[in-house]
Amino acid sequence: MNPAATRPELRDPAWLGRVFWLLAALVLLWPLTVATEFRPWVLLEPANLRISGRFIGSFFPPVLNGEFLAMVLRETWRTVAIATAGITLALVIAVPMALLSVRVLSISALPGRMARGPFWCRQVVRWTLMVLRSVPELVWALVFVRVVGLGPTAGVLAIALTYGGMLGKVYAEILESGETQPTETLLRNGSGRLQAFFYGLLPQNAAELSSYTVYRWECAIRSSVVLGFVGAGGLGQQLDVSMKMFNGGEVATMLLVFIALVALADRVSAGLRRGLG
Amino acid sequence: MKPDAANLPYRLPPKMFDARCRACWFAAGLLVLIGASFWSLDLQWMQFLSLDAARSMGRFIGEFFPPDLSAPFVKKVAIGAAETLAMSLLGTLLAAAAGLALALPASRLHDGARARARAPTRLLLNALRAIPELVWAALLLISAGLGPFAGTLALALHTTGVLGRLFAESIENAPPGPAFALRAQGVGPLRVFCYATLPQVLPQLMSYTLYRWENNIRAAAVLGVVGAGGLGALLSFHMGLFQMGKTATILAAMLLMVAFVDGLSYAARRWMTR
Repeated sequence: MNPAATRPELRDPAWLGRVFWLLAALVLLWPLTVATEFRPWVLLEPANLRISGRFIGSFFPPVLNGEFLAMVLRETWRTVAIATAGITLALVIAVPMALLSVRVLSISALPGRMARGPFWCRQVVRWTLMVLRSVPELVWALVFVRVVGLGPTAGVLAIALTYGGMLGKVYAEILESGETQPTETLLRNGSGRLQAFFYGLLPQNAAELSSYTVYRWECAIRSSVVLGFVGAGGLGQQLDVSMKMFNGGEVATMLLVFIALVALADRVSAGLRRGLG
Repeated sequence: MKPDAANLPYRLPPKMFDARCRACWFAAGLLVLIGASFWSLDLQWMQFLSLDAARSMGRFIGEFFPPDLSAPFVKKVAIGAAETLAMSLLGTLLAAAAGLALALPASRLHDGARARARAPTRLLLNALRAIPELVWAALLLISAGLGPFAGTLALALHTTGVLGRLFAESIENAPPGPAFALRAQGVGPLRVFCYATLPQVLPQLMSYTLYRWENNIRAAAVLGVVGAGGLGALLSFHMGLFQMGKTATILAAMLLMVAFVDGLSYAARRWMTR
């Protein structure tokens, strides 16, 4: 006799369903593993194992001589600088676009429906923002590397365009989600749109806006490392070079620096956001 | 103790340019950071804004037209897009499984649990999370070879870090009642988790996983740039050969896919919150 019959606490009333869904999921997974050439045993082939073992073995000891560390430090600063400059330019794109696309600041929408001209203006601005942010920054960087050549300019422009699109959309959403009564009252009493923005909309949403900006700055630091892989300068480019030369020690140092940089940006951004409330 | 005054004394706001004013220091620091960034990067604005650059930019964009829409190439792009989707789906599923497996040691399951593995597991999750997918992919190419397999593993590794941390948070925040009731009956920790904690947090875990899948589709599209399969591999290949018509088709496919996923997730979120 099996133990489940004598010990009811071992019985699972839903086992049939569980087993069925598990099998169904496995059957559905099969085509995926074919499409992605998912063959984990490739990792364990002796030839591959030897190469990966040698590469990982060369991680120790990490390269720590002064000259290399100074270079890593300089490149780390460049990474942060690319992110900061990119976000600054993104703001230049995002703030006017957000102001143009916010519905609350429409004077013609006050009595009821928005007039046709302003409506289409807002739609066009929104679509522009959508196109800007749906091209990944890496693709922008690939394009700009072709136009302005290798170097940080391509990275800064790529971050500026993608993050400009993202920030513009989210700014507009934040501005529209708050209380609109004060802004509307100002507009109805004859203030201009900018006045209504500065005295009605901005004070309410300033904390949320700036905290989102800080969060995006943190994201930009992460992506500026990645942009280095297509030749946009900074830590990523050095990492790519060392990886191609199989120089494990340098890779290890840069990965550690990178993890530390991300953790630091995480801390700084969390602290700033807490301060901003 | 002094009794409170009937009217609280009216306090003036602090002076705007107070040396101790944190906002001023913050703004000053920010300006210095921005200034130093622009100054140290030697950006080539002249080269970018000159007439010459505008002309080369125009020529570059002009080469995109007409996009290559011949049937065999469109089929190739469609296969690439399907590969990208498969990579993101499989990577996310692997990451959800691994994330759950790592979230258990990374969370304090009940008050008074020693949870010795909590700190080291969290450190591991943070390290996995800190390295972006693309860097993982470039590292994995060495042992997994060119192709979508390396990309899938890269997505899985990065997402494991993200999901593991989120899962651990939601497991720790689950209401402790049911788990306590089972534990008081002497049920073992694994079954307590499976029958008390997991059913409570499962909806949240699902929504985190879906959210990451959405992100991973976008990430998978560009992973190929370092040689890890999908649309990105096609993109870097044809862009490298300066076949701009084909590049335009691939870019359009990427945009369509991202827009489609965006629209789908927007609709799903509206449907769920309605």
